[in-house]
Amino acid sequence: MSINLSELTIATARRHLANGDFTAVELAQSYLAEIEKKNKNLNAYREVFDDVLEQAKGADKKLPNFRTSKLPNLCGIPIALKDVIMLAGKRAGACSKILEGYVSPYDATAVSKLKVAGAIFLGRTNMDEFAMGSSTENYAYGVTKNPFDESRVAGGSSGGSAAAVAGNMSLAALGSDTGGSVRQPASLCGVVGLKPTYGSVSRFGLMAMSSSLDVIGPFTKTVEDAELLFDAIKGKDPMDSTSVEVSSSKLQVKSLRIGIPTMIRETEGIDPDVRKNFEDCLKQFRDAGHTVKEIELPTMHYALPVYYVIMPAEVSTNLARFDGVKYGLHVSGKNLLEDYVQTRGTGFGMEARRRILLGTYVLSSGYYDAYYAQAVRVRAKIEQELRDVFAGVDCIATPTSPTPAFKIGEKADDPLQMYLADIFTVVANIAGIPAISIPSGTAMREGKQLPLGLQLMAAHGREDVLFEAGKEFEKLRDNRGGV
Amino acid sequence: MVTETDIEKLALLARVALSEQEKEKLRTDVEAILEYVSDIRKVSGGEERAVPSLVNVMREDGTPHEGGVHTETLLSLAPKREGQYVRVKKIL
Repeated sequence: MSINLSELTIATARRHLANGDFTAVELAQSYLAEIEKKNKNLNAYREVFDDVLEQAKGADKKLPNFRTSKLPNLCGIPIALKDVIMLAGKRAGACSKILEGYVSPYDATAVSKLKVAGAIFLGRTNMDEFAMGSSTENYAYGVTKNPFDESRVAGGSSGGSAAAVAGNMSLAALGSDTGGSVRQPASLCGVVGLKPTYGSVSRFGLMAMSSSLDVIGPFTKTVEDAELLFDAIKGKDPMDSTSVEVSSSKLQVKSLRIGIPTMIRETEGIDPDVRKNFEDCLKQFRDAGHTVKEIELPTMHYALPVYYVIMPAEVSTNLARFDGVKYGLHVSGKNLLEDYVQTRGTGFGMEARRRILLGTYVLSSGYYDAYYAQAVRVRAKIEQELRDVFAGVDCIATPTSPTPAFKIGEKADDPLQMYLADIFTVVANIAGIPAISIPSGTAMREGKQLPLGLQLMAAHGREDVLFEAGKEFEKLRDNRGGV
Repeated sequence: MVTETDIEKLALLARVALSEQEKEKLRTDVEAILEYVSDIRKVSGGEERAVPSLVNVMREDGTPHEGGVHTETLLSLAPKREGQYVRVKKIL
Protein backbone atom coordinates (compact mmCIF):
# COMPACT_ATOMS: atom_id res chain seq x y z
CA MET A 1 0.00 0.00 0.00
CA SER A 2 1.13 3.58 -0.49
CA ILE A 3 1.84 5.28 2.81
CA ASN A 4 0.02 8.53 3.53
CA LEU A 5 2.44 10.15 5.96
CA SER A 6 0.21 13.10 6.83
CA GLU A 7 -2.52 10.75 8.10
CA LEU A 8 -0.20 8.30 9.83
CA THR A 9 0.08 8.09 13.63
CA ILE A 10 2.13 5.74 15.80
CA ALA A 11 -1.09 3.92 16.67
CA THR A 12 -2.09 3.33 13.02
CA ALA A 13 1.48 2.62 11.86
CA ARG A 14 1.77 -0.11 14.49
CA ARG A 15 -1.35 -1.76 13.12
CA HIS A 16 -0.17 -1.51 9.52
CA LEU A 17 3.24 -2.91 10.42
CA ALA A 18 1.69 -5.73 12.40
CA ASN A 19 -0.72 -6.54 9.54
CA GLY A 20 2.11 -6.47 7.03
CA ASP A 21 0.50 -3.61 5.03
CA PHE A 22 3.97 -2.14 4.76
CA THR A 23 7.39 -2.98 6.18
CA ALA A 24 9.57 -0.96 8.51
CA VAL A 25 11.99 -0.47 5.60
CA GLU A 26 9.22 0.92 3.38
CA LEU A 27 8.10 3.23 6.17
CA ALA A 28 11.64 4.46 6.79
CA GLN A 29 12.13 4.99 3.04
CA SER A 30 9.01 7.16 2.91
CA TYR A 31 10.35 9.39 5.67
CA LEU A 32 13.83 9.56 4.16
CA ALA A 33 12.26 10.65 0.84
CA GLU A 34 10.29 13.37 2.61
CA ILE A 35 13.41 14.56 4.45
CA GLU A 36 15.33 14.63 1.17
CA LYS A 37 12.58 16.80 -0.32
CA LYS A 38 12.05 19.24 2.56
CA ASN A 39 14.98 19.41 4.92
CA LYS A 40 17.20 21.58 2.78
CA ASN A 41 14.58 24.28 3.09
CA LEU A 42 13.20 23.75 6.60
CA ASN A 43 16.50 22.76 8.29
CA ALA A 44 14.78 20.57 10.87
CA TYR A 45 17.57 17.98 10.92
CA ARG A 46 21.20 18.67 11.67
CA GLU A 47 22.04 15.16 10.55
CA VAL A 48 20.17 12.21 9.10
CA PHE A 49 21.78 8.98 10.28
CA ASP A 50 23.41 6.81 7.64
CA ASP A 51 22.13 3.53 9.08
CA VAL A 52 18.38 4.20 9.05
CA LEU A 53 17.61 1.44 6.54
CA GLU A 54 19.79 -1.03 8.43
CA GLN A 55 17.90 -0.21 11.62
CA ALA A 56 14.64 -0.71 9.72
CA LYS A 57 15.80 -4.07 8.34
CA GLY A 58 16.53 -5.12 11.91
CA ALA A 59 13.03 -4.06 12.95
CA ASP A 60 11.45 -6.05 10.10
CA LYS A 61 13.23 -9.15 11.40
CA LYS A 62 11.87 -8.54 14.90
CA LEU A 63 8.32 -7.67 13.87
CA PRO A 64 6.94 -11.22 13.77
CA ASN A 65 7.96 -11.72 17.41
CA PHE A 66 6.18 -8.58 18.49
CA ARG A 67 3.03 -9.52 16.60
CA THR A 68 2.53 -12.56 18.75
CA SER A 69 3.19 -10.80 22.02
CA LYS A 70 1.02 -8.26 23.76
CA LEU A 71 3.95 -6.03 24.73
CA PRO A 72 3.54 -2.34 24.04
CA ASN A 73 6.07 -1.79 21.30
CA LEU A 74 7.40 0.74 18.87
CA CYS A 75 8.94 -1.80 16.51
CA GLY A 76 9.79 -0.02 13.26
CA ILE A 77 8.47 3.37 14.40
CA PRO A 78 10.73 6.19 13.12
CA ILE A 79 11.72 8.79 15.70
CA ALA A 80 13.90 11.91 15.53
CA LEU A 81 16.11 12.99 18.44
CA LYS A 82 16.90 16.52 19.55
CA ASP A 83 20.65 17.08 19.33
CA VAL A 84 20.87 17.08 23.11
CA ILE A 85 19.91 13.41 23.64
CA MET A 86 22.70 10.87 23.32
CA LEU A 87 22.71 7.88 20.98
CA ALA A 88 25.89 5.83 21.37
CA GLY A 89 28.31 6.10 18.47
CA LYS A 90 26.52 9.05 16.84
CA ARG A 91 27.50 12.69 16.80
CA ALA A 92 25.72 14.85 19.39
CA GLY A 93 26.45 18.47 20.04
CA ALA A 94 23.57 20.45 21.61
CA CYS A 95 23.92 22.46 18.37
CA SER A 96 26.91 24.20 19.93
CA LYS A 97 30.31 24.84 18.40
CA ILE A 98 31.87 23.90 21.73
CA LEU A 99 30.91 20.26 21.14
CA GLU A 100 32.19 20.06 17.59
CA GLY A 101 33.30 16.52 16.82
CA TYR A 102 31.72 15.02 19.95
CA VAL A 103 30.49 11.43 19.62
CA SER A 104 28.12 10.04 22.26
CA PRO A 105 29.92 7.39 24.28
CA TYR A 106 26.67 5.89 25.59
CA ASP A 107 22.90 5.83 25.11
CA ALA A 108 20.54 8.09 27.04
CA THR A 109 18.18 5.97 29.13
CA ALA A 110 15.22 7.23 27.05
CA VAL A 111 17.06 6.06 23.93
CA SER A 112 17.94 2.63 25.30
CA LYS A 113 14.30 2.18 26.28
CA LEU A 114 13.21 3.12 22.76
CA LYS A 115 15.78 0.67 21.36
CA VAL A 116 14.27 -2.10 23.47
CA ALA A 117 10.83 -1.11 22.14
CA GLY A 118 12.21 -1.43 18.59
CA ALA A 119 12.10 2.22 17.48
CA ILE A 120 14.21 3.52 14.58
CA PHE A 121 16.25 6.70 14.91
CA LEU A 122 16.13 8.89 11.82
CA GLY A 123 18.53 11.63 12.87
CA ARG A 124 19.27 14.49 15.22
CA THR A 125 17.32 17.72 15.03
CA ASN A 126 18.22 21.40 15.14
CA MET A 127 17.68 23.47 18.29
CA ASP A 128 18.73 26.64 20.06
CA GLU A 129 22.26 26.17 21.39
CA PHE A 130 22.13 24.08 24.59
CA ALA A 131 18.32 24.39 24.48
CA MET A 132 18.51 28.10 25.30
CA GLY A 133 15.94 29.95 23.25
CA SER A 134 12.40 29.98 21.93
CA SER A 135 12.99 30.18 18.18
CA THR A 136 15.66 27.69 16.98
CA GLU A 137 17.50 30.53 15.30
CA ASN A 138 20.81 28.79 15.84
CA TYR A 139 23.80 31.13 15.44
CA ALA A 140 26.04 28.39 14.11
CA TYR A 141 23.77 26.03 12.19
CA GLY A 142 20.99 28.25 10.88
CA VAL A 143 17.30 28.69 11.64
CA THR A 144 14.65 25.96 11.48
CA LYS A 145 11.71 27.28 9.47
CA ASN A 146 8.07 26.78 10.33
CA PRO A 147 6.47 24.26 7.91
CA PHE A 148 3.28 26.40 7.84
CA ASP A 149 5.09 29.61 6.85
CA GLU A 150 8.75 29.54 6.00
CA SER A 151 9.24 33.21 6.90
CA ARG A 152 8.45 32.30 10.51
CA VAL A 153 10.19 30.41 13.30
CA ALA A 154 9.30 26.87 14.37
CA GLY A 155 9.61 27.88 18.01
CA GLY A 156 12.20 26.52 20.36
CA SER A 157 14.28 25.31 21.72
CA SER A 158 13.22 21.93 20.24
CA GLY A 159 12.20 23.60 16.96
CA GLY A 160 13.81 20.96 14.75
CA SER A 161 11.93 18.11 16.43
CA ALA A 162 8.62 20.01 16.15
CA ALA A 163 9.15 20.90 12.49
CA ALA A 164 10.24 17.33 11.68
CA VAL A 165 6.92 15.93 12.97
CA ALA A 166 4.81 18.77 11.55
CA GLY A 167 6.50 18.44 8.15
CA ASN A 168 6.00 14.64 8.04
CA MET A 169 9.76 14.19 8.21
CA SER A 170 9.34 11.92 11.22
CA LEU A 171 6.41 10.13 12.83
CA ALA A 172 7.45 11.33 16.28
CA ALA A 173 10.39 12.98 18.00
CA LEU A 174 11.96 13.57 21.38
CA GLY A 175 12.83 16.99 22.70
CA SER A 176 13.71 18.44 26.07
CA ASP A 177 11.63 20.93 28.04
CA THR A 178 13.23 23.25 30.60
CA GLY A 179 10.85 26.20 30.39
CA GLY A 180 8.59 25.32 27.46
CA SER A 181 11.02 23.93 24.88
CA VAL A 182 8.73 21.06 23.88
CA ARG A 183 5.31 22.70 24.28
CA GLN A 184 6.01 26.09 22.66
CA PRO A 185 7.43 24.70 19.37
CA ALA A 186 4.70 22.04 19.36
CA SER A 187 2.13 24.84 19.59
CA LEU A 188 3.78 26.92 16.85
CA CYS A 189 4.06 23.89 14.54
CA GLY A 190 0.62 22.39 15.18
CA VAL A 191 1.66 19.12 16.85
CA VAL A 192 1.22 17.60 20.30
CA GLY A 193 4.06 18.21 22.80
CA LEU A 194 4.29 16.68 26.27
CA LYS A 195 6.39 17.91 29.17
CA PRO A 196 6.24 15.04 31.66
CA THR A 197 6.46 15.30 35.44
CA TYR A 198 9.99 16.23 36.54
CA GLY A 199 11.90 12.99 37.12
CA SER A 200 9.38 10.71 35.41
CA VAL A 201 11.74 10.34 32.43
CA SER A 202 15.41 9.78 33.24
CA ARG A 203 17.79 12.63 32.44
CA PHE A 204 20.70 10.22 32.01
CA GLY A 205 22.20 11.01 28.61
CA LEU A 206 20.35 14.30 28.25
CA MET A 207 22.87 17.12 28.08
CA ALA A 208 22.15 19.23 31.15
CA MET A 209 20.94 22.80 30.88
CA SER A 210 19.09 23.40 34.15
CA SER A 211 19.08 20.23 36.21
CA SER A 212 16.15 21.01 38.50
CA LEU A 213 13.92 21.87 35.50
CA ASP A 214 15.00 19.68 32.53
CA VAL A 215 12.87 16.79 31.32
CA ILE A 216 12.71 14.80 28.06
CA GLY A 217 9.34 14.88 26.30
CA PRO A 218 7.73 13.56 23.10
CA PHE A 219 6.41 15.32 19.98
CA THR A 220 3.60 13.46 18.24
CA LYS A 221 0.56 14.08 16.08
CA THR A 222 -2.01 12.88 18.61
CA VAL A 223 -2.43 12.67 22.37
CA GLU A 224 -2.71 8.89 22.08
CA ASP A 225 0.73 8.79 20.43
CA ALA A 226 2.20 11.02 23.15
CA GLU A 227 0.92 8.53 25.71
CA LEU A 228 2.43 5.59 23.80
CA LEU A 229 5.81 7.28 23.61
CA PHE A 230 5.72 8.48 27.22
CA ASP A 231 4.91 4.95 28.41
CA ALA A 232 7.94 3.70 26.51
CA ILE A 233 10.46 6.15 28.00
CA LYS A 234 9.22 6.78 31.56
CA GLY A 235 10.41 5.12 34.74
CA LYS A 236 12.87 5.27 37.60
CA ASP A 237 16.46 4.85 36.53
CA PRO A 238 19.42 3.95 38.76
CA MET A 239 21.55 6.29 36.57
CA ASP A 240 19.44 9.35 37.52
CA SER A 241 18.91 9.74 41.25
CA THR A 242 16.20 12.36 40.69
CA SER A 243 14.08 9.98 38.59
CA VAL A 244 10.83 8.64 40.01
CA GLU A 245 8.39 5.87 39.24
CA VAL A 246 5.12 7.34 38.03
CA SER A 247 1.90 5.75 39.10
CA SER A 248 -0.14 4.10 36.38
CA SER A 249 -3.44 5.48 37.62
CA LYS A 250 -6.15 6.13 35.06
CA LEU A 251 -8.53 9.02 35.38
CA GLN A 252 -12.01 7.63 35.86
CA VAL A 253 -14.26 10.68 35.98
CA LYS A 254 -16.56 11.52 33.10
CA SER A 255 -16.80 15.21 33.88
CA LEU A 256 -13.59 17.23 34.11
CA ARG A 257 -12.99 20.20 36.40
CA ILE A 258 -10.80 22.67 34.53
CA GLY A 259 -9.21 25.68 36.19
CA ILE A 260 -8.44 28.93 34.38
CA PRO A 261 -5.86 31.16 36.10
CA THR A 262 -7.11 34.73 36.52
CA MET A 263 -3.65 35.75 35.31
CA ILE A 264 -4.75 35.12 31.73
CA ARG A 265 -7.31 37.91 31.93
CA GLU A 266 -4.67 40.27 33.34
CA THR A 267 -1.73 39.43 31.07
CA GLU A 268 -0.95 41.98 28.42
CA GLY A 269 0.60 40.94 25.15
CA ILE A 270 -1.67 37.98 24.43
CA ASP A 271 -2.57 38.04 20.75
CA PRO A 272 -6.34 38.65 20.22
CA ASP A 273 -6.60 35.54 18.00
CA VAL A 274 -4.95 33.45 20.72
CA ARG A 275 -7.40 34.84 23.29
CA LYS A 276 -10.39 34.13 21.07
CA ASN A 277 -9.21 30.61 20.28
CA PHE A 278 -8.67 29.94 23.99
CA GLU A 279 -12.21 31.13 24.80
CA ASP A 280 -13.51 28.82 22.04
CA CYS A 281 -11.67 25.87 23.58
CA LEU A 282 -13.22 26.58 26.98
CA LYS A 283 -16.66 26.85 25.42
CA GLN A 284 -16.23 23.42 23.81
CA PHE A 285 -15.38 21.93 27.21
CA ARG A 286 -18.34 23.70 28.84
CA ASP A 287 -20.78 22.65 26.10
CA ALA A 288 -19.70 19.05 26.57
CA GLY A 289 -20.68 19.24 30.24
CA HIS A 290 -17.29 19.84 31.84
CA THR A 291 -16.81 22.41 34.57
CA VAL A 292 -14.65 25.41 33.73
CA LYS A 293 -13.89 27.82 36.56
CA GLU A 294 -11.46 30.61 37.35
CA ILE A 295 -8.76 29.84 39.88
CA GLU A 296 -6.47 32.08 41.92
CA LEU A 297 -2.74 31.52 41.62
CA PRO A 298 -1.52 34.82 43.09
CA THR A 299 2.20 34.04 42.64
CA MET A 300 1.99 32.45 39.16
CA HIS A 301 3.04 35.61 37.33
CA TYR A 302 6.36 35.47 39.18
CA ALA A 303 7.16 32.11 37.60
CA LEU A 304 8.95 33.69 34.64
CA PRO A 305 11.25 36.00 36.69
CA VAL A 306 11.90 33.09 39.10
CA TYR A 307 12.80 30.96 36.09
CA TYR A 308 15.25 33.58 34.81
CA VAL A 309 17.13 33.43 38.12
CA ILE A 310 17.15 29.68 38.81
CA MET A 311 17.77 28.57 35.22
CA PRO A 312 20.84 30.79 34.51
CA ALA A 313 22.26 29.85 37.93
CA GLU A 314 22.09 26.19 36.99
CA VAL A 315 23.28 26.91 33.44
CA SER A 316 26.41 28.64 34.70
CA THR A 317 27.13 25.59 36.86
CA ASN A 318 26.31 22.91 34.27
CA LEU A 319 28.18 24.57 31.42
CA ALA A 320 31.33 24.88 33.53
CA ARG A 321 32.23 21.35 32.36
CA PHE A 322 32.93 22.55 28.82
CA ASP A 323 36.54 23.55 29.13
CA GLY A 324 38.26 22.33 25.97
CA VAL A 325 40.10 19.65 27.93
CA LYS A 326 37.92 16.55 28.05
CA TYR A 327 36.04 16.81 24.73
CA GLY A 328 34.88 19.12 21.99
CA LEU A 329 36.44 22.34 20.80
CA HIS A 330 39.88 23.39 22.03
CA VAL A 331 41.29 26.86 21.41
CA SER A 332 44.87 27.23 22.57
CA GLY A 333 45.93 30.31 24.57
CA LYS A 334 49.09 31.40 26.40
CA ASN A 335 48.34 29.27 29.46
CA LEU A 336 45.64 26.95 30.83
CA LEU A 337 43.43 29.82 32.02
CA GLU A 338 43.58 31.36 28.54
CA ASP A 339 42.73 27.96 27.03
CA TYR A 340 39.51 27.96 29.07
CA VAL A 341 38.62 31.59 28.35
CA GLN A 342 39.30 31.37 24.61
CA THR A 343 37.67 27.95 24.15
CA ARG A 344 34.52 29.03 25.96
CA GLY A 345 34.50 32.48 24.35
CA THR A 346 34.71 30.93 20.88
CA GLY A 347 32.60 27.82 21.51
CA PHE A 348 29.59 29.36 23.24
CA GLY A 349 27.21 31.64 21.36
CA MET A 350 25.87 34.92 22.68
CA GLU A 351 22.80 33.53 24.50
CA ALA A 352 24.81 30.82 26.27
CA ARG A 353 27.35 33.41 27.44
CA ARG A 354 24.57 35.82 28.45
CA ARG A 355 23.01 33.16 30.69
CA ILE A 356 26.36 32.02 32.08
CA LEU A 357 27.11 35.62 33.10
CA LEU A 358 23.64 36.11 34.58
CA GLY A 359 23.96 32.88 36.53
CA THR A 360 27.39 33.87 37.80
CA TYR A 361 25.91 37.21 38.90
CA VAL A 362 22.90 35.82 40.80
CA LEU A 363 25.08 33.23 42.54
CA SER A 364 27.81 35.68 43.55
CA SER A 365 28.10 36.21 47.31
CA GLY A 366 26.81 39.80 47.34
CA TYR A 367 23.65 39.02 45.37
CA TYR A 368 22.90 35.42 46.26
CA ASP A 369 20.23 36.20 48.87
CA ALA A 370 18.49 38.89 46.86
CA TYR A 371 18.20 36.74 43.73
CA TYR A 372 18.85 33.01 44.00
CA ALA A 373 17.70 32.40 47.57
CA GLN A 374 14.62 34.56 47.03
CA ALA A 375 13.81 32.74 43.77
CA VAL A 376 13.96 29.40 45.60
CA ARG A 377 11.51 30.78 48.21
CA VAL A 378 9.09 32.07 45.59
CA ARG A 379 9.36 28.76 43.71
CA ALA A 380 8.23 26.92 46.84
CA LYS A 381 5.31 29.30 47.17
CA ILE A 382 4.22 28.68 43.58
CA GLU A 383 4.43 24.91 44.15
CA GLN A 384 2.28 25.21 47.27
CA GLU A 385 -0.36 27.32 45.51
CA LEU A 386 -0.57 24.75 42.72
CA ARG A 387 -0.93 21.88 45.18
CA ASP A 388 -3.83 23.73 46.80
CA VAL A 389 -5.48 24.43 43.44
CA PHE A 390 -5.22 20.80 42.30
CA ALA A 391 -7.31 19.79 45.29
CA GLY A 392 -10.23 21.48 43.51
CA VAL A 393 -9.57 20.98 39.77
CA ASP A 394 -8.31 18.11 37.61
CA CYS A 395 -6.29 20.30 35.30
CA ILE A 396 -5.41 23.90 34.51
CA ALA A 397 -5.82 25.32 31.00
CA THR A 398 -3.92 28.20 29.37
CA PRO A 399 -2.88 29.09 25.85
CA THR A 400 0.53 27.44 25.25
CA SER A 401 2.09 30.51 23.64
CA PRO A 402 0.88 34.12 23.85
CA THR A 403 1.27 34.48 20.06
CA PRO A 404 1.33 32.34 16.92
CA ALA A 405 4.73 31.76 15.25
CA PHE A 406 6.65 35.04 14.94
CA LYS A 407 8.85 36.16 12.06
CA ILE A 408 12.42 34.95 11.77
CA GLY A 409 14.65 37.67 13.26
CA GLU A 410 11.75 39.47 14.96
CA LYS A 411 12.97 38.84 18.51
CA ALA A 412 16.53 37.78 17.80
CA ASP A 413 18.12 40.93 19.26
CA ASP A 414 15.86 41.36 22.28
CA PRO A 415 16.37 38.61 24.85
CA LEU A 416 13.60 39.84 27.17
CA GLN A 417 11.00 39.75 24.38
CA MET A 418 12.16 36.24 23.52
CA TYR A 419 11.85 35.16 27.17
CA LEU A 420 8.20 36.29 27.30
CA ALA A 421 7.33 33.54 24.79
CA ASP A 422 7.53 31.15 27.77
CA ILE A 423 5.16 33.08 30.04
CA PHE A 424 2.54 30.29 30.28
CA THR A 425 4.86 27.30 30.00
CA VAL A 426 7.54 27.96 32.67
CA VAL A 427 5.19 27.49 35.60
CA ALA A 428 5.02 23.71 34.96
CA ASN A 429 8.82 23.46 35.05
CA ILE A 430 9.11 25.62 38.17
CA ALA A 431 6.63 23.32 39.95
CA GLY A 432 7.76 20.07 38.27
CA ILE A 433 4.22 19.22 37.14
CA PRO A 434 3.27 17.65 33.77
CA ALA A 435 1.80 19.73 30.94
CA ILE A 436 0.78 19.11 27.35
CA SER A 437 0.22 21.32 24.31
CA ILE A 438 -2.49 20.24 21.86
CA PRO A 439 -3.29 21.88 18.50
CA SER A 440 -6.41 23.99 19.07
CA GLY A 441 -6.99 25.99 15.91
CA THR A 442 -5.30 28.52 13.66
CA ALA A 443 -4.78 32.24 13.21
CA MET A 444 -4.61 33.77 9.74
CA ARG A 445 -1.49 35.86 9.03
CA GLU A 446 -0.60 37.16 5.57
CA GLY A 447 -2.74 34.50 3.95
CA LYS A 448 -1.25 31.63 5.94
CA GLN A 449 -2.97 29.55 8.62
CA LEU A 450 -0.69 29.48 11.66
CA PRO A 451 -1.30 26.81 14.32
CA LEU A 452 -2.30 27.66 17.90
CA GLY A 453 -2.06 25.43 20.94
CA LEU A 454 -3.99 24.74 24.15
CA GLN A 455 -1.92 23.91 27.22
CA LEU A 456 -3.23 21.62 29.96
CA MET A 457 -1.36 21.16 33.25
CA ALA A 458 -2.02 18.53 35.92
CA ALA A 459 -0.72 17.60 39.37
CA HIS A 460 2.57 15.70 39.84
CA GLY A 461 2.47 12.26 38.25
CA ARG A 462 -0.96 12.78 36.74
CA GLU A 463 -0.10 12.46 33.05
CA ASP A 464 -3.20 10.25 32.89
CA VAL A 465 -5.35 13.36 33.47
CA LEU A 466 -3.59 15.13 30.58
CA PHE A 467 -4.07 12.15 28.28
CA GLU A 468 -7.76 11.71 29.09
CA ALA A 469 -8.55 15.44 29.00
CA GLY A 470 -6.41 15.80 25.87
CA LYS A 471 -8.20 13.01 24.00
CA GLU A 472 -11.54 14.50 25.04
CA PHE A 473 -10.42 17.87 23.68
CA GLU A 474 -9.28 16.33 20.38
CA LYS A 475 -12.70 14.71 20.04
CA LEU A 476 -14.56 17.97 20.69
CA ARG A 477 -12.25 19.88 18.35
CA ASP A 478 -12.56 17.35 15.51
CA ASN A 479 -16.34 17.09 15.86
CA ARG A 480 -16.47 20.81 15.51
CA GLY A 481 -14.65 20.74 12.20
CA GLY A 482 -11.05 20.13 13.13
CA VAL A 483 -8.07 22.34 13.61
CA MET B 1 23.26 49.45 37.53
CA VAL B 2 25.65 47.06 35.82
CA THR B 3 29.02 48.50 34.77
CA GLU B 4 31.44 47.32 32.14
CA THR B 5 33.82 46.37 34.97
CA ASP B 6 31.10 44.12 36.44
CA ILE B 7 30.76 42.37 33.09
CA GLU B 8 34.52 41.93 32.81
CA LYS B 9 34.71 40.46 36.31
CA LEU B 10 31.83 38.07 35.63
CA ALA B 11 33.36 37.02 32.31
CA LEU B 12 36.66 36.21 33.99
CA LEU B 13 34.94 34.32 36.82
CA ALA B 14 32.94 32.35 34.25
CA ARG B 15 35.98 31.88 31.99
CA VAL B 16 34.44 33.31 28.84
CA ALA B 17 36.09 35.71 26.41
CA LEU B 18 34.05 38.70 25.21
CA SER B 19 34.74 41.26 22.50
CA GLU B 20 34.37 44.96 23.33
CA GLN B 21 31.14 45.08 21.36
CA GLU B 22 29.77 42.01 23.17
CA LYS B 23 30.64 43.54 26.55
CA GLU B 24 28.46 46.57 25.90
CA LYS B 25 25.57 44.49 24.49
CA LEU B 26 25.73 42.12 27.46
CA ARG B 27 25.93 45.01 29.92
CA THR B 28 22.62 46.45 28.71
CA ASP B 29 21.01 42.98 28.37
CA VAL B 30 22.06 41.83 31.84
CA GLU B 31 20.90 45.12 33.35
CA ALA B 32 17.45 44.83 31.71
CA ILE B 33 17.05 41.17 32.71
CA LEU B 34 18.10 41.84 36.31
CA GLU B 35 15.60 44.66 36.51
CA TYR B 36 12.90 42.32 35.22
CA VAL B 37 13.69 39.50 37.66
CA SER B 38 14.02 41.90 40.60
CA ASP B 39 10.23 41.72 40.74
CA ILE B 40 10.51 38.55 42.80
CA ARG B 41 11.73 40.62 45.75
CA LYS B 42 8.18 41.94 46.08
CA VAL B 43 6.89 38.50 47.03
CA SER B 44 6.55 37.99 50.74
CA GLY B 45 5.51 34.91 52.67
CA GLY B 46 7.48 31.72 52.98
CA GLU B 47 9.89 33.95 54.96
CA GLU B 48 11.93 31.13 56.37
CA ARG B 49 14.12 29.43 53.84
CA ALA B 50 12.16 26.85 51.86
CA VAL B 51 13.02 23.33 52.96
CA PRO B 52 13.82 21.24 49.91
CA SER B 53 11.47 18.29 49.50
CA LEU B 54 14.12 16.31 47.64
CA VAL B 55 16.59 14.01 49.40
CA ASN B 56 20.00 12.70 48.42
CA VAL B 57 19.97 9.22 46.97
CA MET B 58 23.11 7.25 47.78
CA ARG B 59 24.29 3.85 46.67
CA GLU B 60 26.84 1.52 48.20
CA ASP B 61 30.37 1.89 46.92
CA GLY B 62 31.10 -0.87 44.49
CA THR B 63 32.49 -1.71 41.10
CA PRO B 64 29.90 -0.66 38.50
CA HIS B 65 31.94 -2.15 35.66
CA GLU B 66 35.28 -3.71 34.88
CA GLY B 67 38.16 -1.22 35.04
CA GLY B 68 39.26 0.27 31.74
CA VAL B 69 36.33 -0.80 29.55
CA HIS B 70 35.34 2.80 28.80
CA THR B 71 38.82 4.35 28.87
CA GLU B 72 39.50 4.37 25.14
CA THR B 73 36.00 5.62 24.21
CA LEU B 74 36.28 8.54 26.59
CA LEU B 75 39.93 9.41 26.02
CA SER B 76 39.48 9.37 22.26
CA LEU B 77 37.19 12.41 22.69
CA ALA B 78 39.89 14.54 24.33
CA PRO B 79 41.38 17.25 22.12
CA LYS B 80 44.88 16.46 23.43
CA ARG B 81 46.04 13.24 25.02
CA GLU B 82 49.24 11.47 25.86
CA GLY B 83 48.84 7.72 26.26
CA GLN B 84 46.29 7.13 28.99
CA TYR B 85 46.25 10.80 30.05
CA VAL B 86 44.43 13.94 28.97
CA ARG B 87 47.07 16.54 28.22
CA VAL B 88 46.75 20.10 29.56
CA LYS B 89 49.11 23.05 29.87
CA LYS B 90 51.03 23.26 33.13
CA ILE B 91 49.06 24.71 36.01
CA LEU B 92 51.83 26.03 38.26
